[in-house]
Amino acid sequence: MAPEFETVIGLEVHCQLATETKLFCGCRAKLPKGRTVADEEPNLNTCPVCTGHPGSLPVLNKKAVELAIRAGIATSCEIRRRSVFARKNYFYPDLPKGYQISQYDQPLCKNGFLEVALVGAGLKKIRIERIHLEEDAGKSIHMPGYSLVNLNRASVPLIEIVSAPDLSSPGEAGVYLRMLYAIVTALEICDGNLQEGNFRCDANVSVRPKGSDKLGTRVEIKNINSFRFVERAIEYEALRQVELLRSGGQVIQETRTFDSDKGVTLSMRAKEEAHDYRYFPDPDLVPLTFDDAWIERIQNDLPELPRKRQDRYIVDFGLSELDASALVNSRVLTKLFEGVISAFKSALKARALDQKNISKSVVNLIISEVPRLVNETGIEVDQSKLNSTHIVELVMLQSAGVISHSSARQVLATVWGSGDRIETIVKRLGLEQVSDLSALEPIIDDVIARNAQQVAELRSGKDKVMSFLVGQVMKASQGKANPTMLSGLIKKKIGI
Amino acid sequence: MKTVSEVHSAFDAHKTSPVELTSEFLVRARKSRLNAFITLCEDRALAQAKVCQEQFKSHGRVPREEFPLFGVPIGIKDVIVMDGVRTTCGSLMLENYIPPYTATAVERLERAGAIILGKLNCDEFAMGSSNENSAFGPVAHPTHPGYVSGGSSGGPAAAVAGGLCVASLGTDTGGSIRLPASFCGVVGFKPTYGRVSRSGLIAFASSLDQIGPFASTVEDCARMLDVMAGPDLRDSTSSQVPKGSWVNAISYTPEWNKIRVGIPKEYFIGGLAPAVQKAIEASLNWFRSKGAKLVELSLPHTQYSVATYYVVAVSEASSNLARFDGVRFGMRPREAADVKDLLSFYKKSRSRFGAEVKRRIILGTFALSSGYYDAFYRRACQVRRLIRDDFNRAFEKVDVIASPVSPTTAFKIGQKSKDPLEMYLNDVFTIPASLAGLPALSVPCGKDAEALPIGLHLIAPHFAEESLFSIARGFEKEFSNGS
Repeated sequence: MAPEFETVIGLEVHCQLATETKLFCGCRAKLPKGRTVADEEPNLNTCPVCTGHPGSLPVLNKKAVELAIRAGIATSCEIRRRSVFARKNYFYPDLPKGYQISQYDQPLCKNGFLEVALVGAGLKKIRIERIHLEEDAGKSIHMPGYSLVNLNRASVPLIEIVSAPDLSSPGEAGVYLRMLYAIVTALEICDGNLQEGNFRCDANVSVRPKGSDKLGTRVEIKNINSFRFVERAIEYEALRQVELLRSGGQVIQETRTFDSDKGVTLSMRAKEEAHDYRYFPDPDLVPLTFDDAWIERIQNDLPELPRKRQDRYIVDFGLSELDASALVNSRVLTKLFEGVISAFKSALKARALDQKNISKSVVNLIISEVPRLVNETGIEVDQSKLNSTHIVELVMLQSAGVISHSSARQVLATVWGSGDRIETIVKRLGLEQVSDLSALEPIIDDVIARNAQQVAELRSGKDKVMSFLVGQVMKASQGKANPTMLSGLIKKKIGI
Repeated sequence: MKTVSEVHSAFDAHKTSPVELTSEFLVRARKSRLNAFITLCEDRALAQAKVCQEQFKSHGRVPREEFPLFGVPIGIKDVIVMDGVRTTCGSLMLENYIPPYTATAVERLERAGAIILGKLNCDEFAMGSSNENSAFGPVAHPTHPGYVSGGSSGGPAAAVAGGLCVASLGTDTGGSIRLPASFCGVVGFKPTYGRVSRSGLIAFASSLDQIGPFASTVEDCARMLDVMAGPDLRDSTSSQVPKGSWVNAISYTPEWNKIRVGIPKEYFIGGLAPAVQKAIEASLNWFRSKGAKLVELSLPHTQYSVATYYVVAVSEASSNLARFDGVRFGMRPREAADVKDLLSFYKKSRSRFGAEVKRRIILGTFALSSGYYDAFYRRACQVRRLIRDDFNRAFEKVDVIASPVSPTTAFKIGQKSKDPLEMYLNDVFTIPASLAGLPALSVPCGKDAEALPIGLHLIAPHFAEESLFSIARGFEKEFSNGS
């Protein structure tokens, strides 16, 4: 970023609520398991209400309100006890009623914040101006010479989370978004499916001379649905504006899109006309009011916030801050971990196993191995054959010394695609560790015999040589020797 | 046959049968020159009548307790949807529109045994006071050819008055039930806002629209409303306020000496046609003669009512009618297939509205637009509140408010249609009650020198339909029938 300028960024996130049905009618909002939006035949998931047939009336989805309030609570917003729905009027073929039911000057939540952790800079408070409820429009597909309209998604419930222009860099924006995403998915407010557009971001970007407190002209970059693209789009746009200003030009207030292939922002309209949406309170809906008791209940039923869960993992399971954070920021990994822990709870009591040790092995597999497998195979956790039970069994085998850690990783990779029983895989691949002294001793003897120099060095106090000798035993046993036993055995054999 | 009770007696006495009666009405409707019907659903009606006939056979009599409107031929204003039956709203925009669902009010009528004969003519999208704004031609006055029937529910009023249905459903936003009822000499009732579900009522002004009945008697209006009223999950603005049976309530004679009738002085400042003045005065004198107390009162914000209404209603309408663009349903002109861009497409499809509808959409868009919203829409909403407060204060002192329905009787077709503002002033007495959401009706109270009917306007407090029906029934029984 140019030294004499600073960037000012505000983000508007549209987040689809994880309700069963649409915001104002009983049509399905959740996709059936395993299906994507593209699988659904167009315009069948509709009714007179969400297609705006004359005479139809909206009826508010209570769960949507609850989820919106959850989002407000999680971001420390004030929840208005009385809020109003407003009509946002404009004409477009995929907007069935010719207006969108949204909220205007009395949104459900306001004046919240998120504290984002910035590398080397501590926590920065990013204000959230408002969170409001609104219905989504349908989808338009433009073909040469004609356009298609699909209303299957019309009127699904959204919350719009609007931040103040408190963000100062693409990196900050990325951290803020990831944190927001973690919260809405952890609290089950949003399913978080980025490909299906569950979580979309519009970025408002402007630049100004460093130290100035006046805002520059802002440009809106619309509908970016990947965190990386948001950062890149902001970076490009800020520089573009700086270049413009440096060369004596002026930034025009406009709406742009981000071309991810070229890495540039592009103007959406040649001539930008400010829309007059003619907002007025929707006379088909009564003002939304509720009492403190309901809000309290929602608060009490709130799934655990990521920060709290992270602290719990550190305290209860002895995880490091880094490991705990990696877990809580992924809903699928958290699910896996929680599944393992609850399976272990009974086992732990029964066999008095070492909780902290087990956690370390579990976490290792989940944090290091699982994401790696997702990357390598392209299969998501939810779609793989792996479940919590597999991990439990693996860790049990590890802790009993039946398999080594590297073997466990191998088994995990196998069960990921096959779903076979752990025992079966271990036997099939011949991975049982050898811990049996009678099997190990000959190998150790052999290694000692062949590496006289290193043995002598070891005797003379060079401890580092031990790992070499252990490595030799492992090699000779094709990795099957139980590594934890080896240094002790070698020492005994040598007589030190 | 003019009333529900006559129909049921005739069935029980085997003088006629559901199928026979329905067929008779259909023939009459087909032959009629009133232009009251836009669509007749003959097959559907006869099929319903057959079902009734079977039920009559198995019960051996009219099962009135279970089906209060058993076998009664009814018409529905063409702004109310019925699954599979063309609904036009009197407009070319919906010339061939077939709705995919049925309005709650109609569902309830059919469940009560009513036979729907067809869809009745009205001003386009319910915008008008004379039924001259219909794309399907004006509705003729039932007894005076060449005169208007009143609007916007001209078809429903004329059909009942002209013997084409026993009862009908209309809608009232600023007087569209009461005015044509007054012009045609029938009873027209607008319930409290929220009493009848608006689900299936094609919206004009959402905070004002209400569905209500037309009939020859107050009792039949009560019967219709008994069946239709009540909360509906499909309408978030429908009211939960409980109701008893209004038909039962009106069988009791009001205690006239306990009744206070309010006379708003702002409604009697002159400008009434002499015959109307006389008829209203005679009605008020009758109340007095029965022992009721006449109380003069003031509704000080009356003078702002028409302006307030024509800002609020048109604003809501401009938004409600935005969905009519020819893209998803409704008329898509063949020419539109050749247009090059979206704006050109809209220019072609949106031009299908009639002049009055376009006028109101433009007015409403203006009143809501940036820079004007505060001065017009917001302001009008605030004044509306004041108008409602006027009534609340008045009803602390009186039980019912009486006034003319209209300054005149029915005028000639074409007489007032040159000047929209002149047309708007027909609603000056009916608008305030609409703005306040109050129940109100028109009951016949006389005729002018040319025998054109005159209606008495009665307004009651919110949800006081029981009291309103009772008073109107008492009046009708002795005064109306005597004239």
